[in-house]
Parts: sequence; structure tokens; C-alpha cells
Amino acid sequence: MDLRVRALESVLVDKGYVDPAALDVLIETYETRIGPRNGARVVARAWVDAEYRDWLLSDATAAIAWLGYTGRQSEHMIAVENTLQQHNLVVCTLCSCYPWAVLGLPPTWYKSAPYRSRAVRDPRGVLAEFGVTLPPHTDIRVWDSTAEVRYLVVPMRPSGSEHLGEEELAALVTRDSMIGTGLPRNVEDVDP
Amino acid sequence: MSSGEYVTRADLGGRLGYGPIKFEPEYKAWHADWEPRVFALQLSMGAAGVWNLDMTRSARETLPDYDQRSYYEIWYAALLKQLDERGLVTADELAAGRSIHLPPALPRVVHASDVPTLQAHGAPTERLATKGPRFAVGQRVRTVTGPTPHHTRLPGYAQGKPAVIERVHGVHVFADANASGHGEQPQWLYTVVFRGTDLWPDAEQGLTVSIDAWEPYLEAA
Repeated sequence: MDLRVRALESVLVDKGYVDPAALDVLIETYETRIGPRNGARVVARAWVDAEYRDWLLSDATAAIAWLGYTGRQSEHMIAVENTLQQHNLVVCTLCSCYPWAVLGLPPTWYKSAPYRSRAVRDPRGVLAEFGVTLPPHTDIRVWDSTAEVRYLVVPMRPSGSEHLGEEELAALVTRDSMIGTGLPRNVEDVDP
Repeated sequence: MSSGEYVTRADLGGRLGYGPIKFEPEYKAWHADWEPRVFALQLSMGAAGVWNLDMTRSARETLPDYDQRSYYEIWYAALLKQLDERGLVTADELAAGRSIHLPPALPRVVHASDVPTLQAHGAPTERLATKGPRFAVGQRVRTVTGPTPHHTRLPGYAQGKPAVIERVHGVHVFADANASGHGEQPQWLYTVVFRGTDLWPDAEQGLTVSIDAWEPYLEAA
């Protein structure tokens, strides 16, 4: 693949269709500026600020943009909150739709057949594979991202985290907890 | 468009037999050096105004060997297919690794200085409404049934099923039309929610599944 991709890039550059400097900037953007830490800051903010949480749940696109995260594959955002009654899980069964501005590029499993096929049918089994066991009375809601709306899960704030500041809270928020395939880290993991 | 039946190989929801999920750590963007190059080539060409994202999704899902390819191999193959279909790159050029034929001009070329703005704006799909929505929150509907002879975002598992309107998202570019080169034809977009037991014989009680459905996917129930 290496050689074939290099040949394609050479042809496109030679034709003036792509600017190699633009390619580098695009790659660097997704390697350094856009990733799941953005989403973690959104979640942490919602945990400490009830007014922000309400805004996030009613107009996620604006509330997320207010923290500086906008753009490609996150133009129309919805935030969904986990509760004891309902756990949310996000999938794209048709391709790989994912909220890039807050989570970065999706992990390979999110784009692959095993997850895409089973998440809508046996989500509790999928969660078990991720090592997540929900209380039996917690219902599961699966969001299949079939249009240009992108979903961010707001996980439940871990118990015992009352004394933590926003930055420490953000460190508890994992990528998977914002997809719904994981839970936040335990407080002891960052606050021994 | 080529003639013949439209076959998507990407409609995976509910299918069985794909095996276990392979996990990976949070910060693993690429798995080979060529992957970020394909990623950036696709994003750059995707913003050149020659094709739209729905056409790209269609090009990917119709690859005959879709399920044999890794994710960025799918991107690469679909990018080549789109370039080839429009005569922008030819096989002899790929073999030579340079331009041989006089290139048709593109509507735009993405330069490094364009990236921050492109990135910050993305490509919103919401459009101005010219009429009101047909359905309201809480209304019972039924999804239409296939087969669909073109790109669609109504998954097979969600066709011909009862659902309830949960959210109204406004009017959005209609993927089915946009992918086929028939223009944006914006339509009202809804989140509709299904009971798991209406979708799967083996669903657990309490499971609900939603999709985002454009109005043409829905009928009053």
C-alpha cells in the first residue's frame, strides 16, 4: 500500500490537485489538536456546571462550540446523558460516523464489522466484551448515526469525585465512556 | 452511474458472525505510515468541489471487496474509483507516479492556509425550510421498505418497522439524492426510536434503538 499511496499522492500533487503542505497540516491537526481530550473537557464542564450541562443537553452544537470545538463531522451535535435508568451507546452501522471535533478519529473497532453489526442487536453483550456490566434495571438506548447528526455520550460522574476540579475530572473521562462502550475511570486512578 | 443493481456491502446492523471486537488504546490514530496520507488526500480532494461526501460513502459501500479491505484501504480504493470515474487520474499515471495527461481544472484546490477555516466550519447539512415538518414529536410512524436501487441511509434492519418521532432536527441535505448526483433535495430529518423487540426476535426487554431518518423514509402509522 505504501508505494501505491505514494504514487497516487505524486500524481495528484503533480497535477496541482492537492497541496502537499495542506496534507501535512490536515494530518498534524488530527494528530495534535483534535482528539478525545476535547470531549473530556466538555463532559467535565457539564459535571461541574449545571447550567452548562442543561445547555449541552438542549443545544450541544452551541455549547461545544463555546468551548472551542467545531467543524468537520461535528456540525450538528447532540449530547445524551447516561443515568441509572438509561445507558446510551453510539454506533454507525452503515459506515463510521463519529464526532471528530470532540473525539478525534474513530478507533478501528468502531469502524469494523463486529461492533457495527452487534451494537444495535446485542448491546449488553457488546458492553460485556468491553468489560462493562450495567445494573440489570438500566435500559440501553442505542443511537445509530445514520445522518449528519453526531452523538456525544455524557457518562455519569463517578462517585467520590466531589472534591475534584474540572481538569482532574476530565482525566477520568475516557474516549470509550463518551461512545458508551466504557465508563469513566475510578477516582482512585487519578487521585491515589 | 453504471447500470445494474445497486449493492451496498456496508449495511451491517444486526448481522451475525463477525467475531469478537478488537480493542485498541485511546491514542492510536494510524496503523501504517500510508494511512494518514490517504486520510489527508481524501479530505483534500473531498473539499475540491468535484464530489460530495454522500457520493464518497456510496463509492465506498459499493466496493466489491469492501469486507476484505481495512478501513483506509476502503478509503484509498474509493478515492481511486472517484478519480477514475471522472477521468482525473488514469492507470498509466498511477504506474508512472506522475501526471501524463493534461489535467482538467478542479473547482478549487485546498491549500495549507485554507485548512483551519475548512476545519472549523466543516460542511453543515442543515438548510432553510420551505415547508413545515410532516411529523411531530411523539407521533407514531412506520419506516418504508426496500429494496432501494441507490445509496440510502435507511439501514436494512430498520426498514418496515414501527417507530416514534423523538426529535425534529430541521431540514437537511438528503443523502439519497445527493449521493446520486440529483442535488441536495433537502428534507426534514428526525430521530425516530424503535423498540428493540420490534427489530430483533432475540432483543432484551427495554432496549431501544434510534436512527436519524429523513422524511421520505417515514410513513404515518
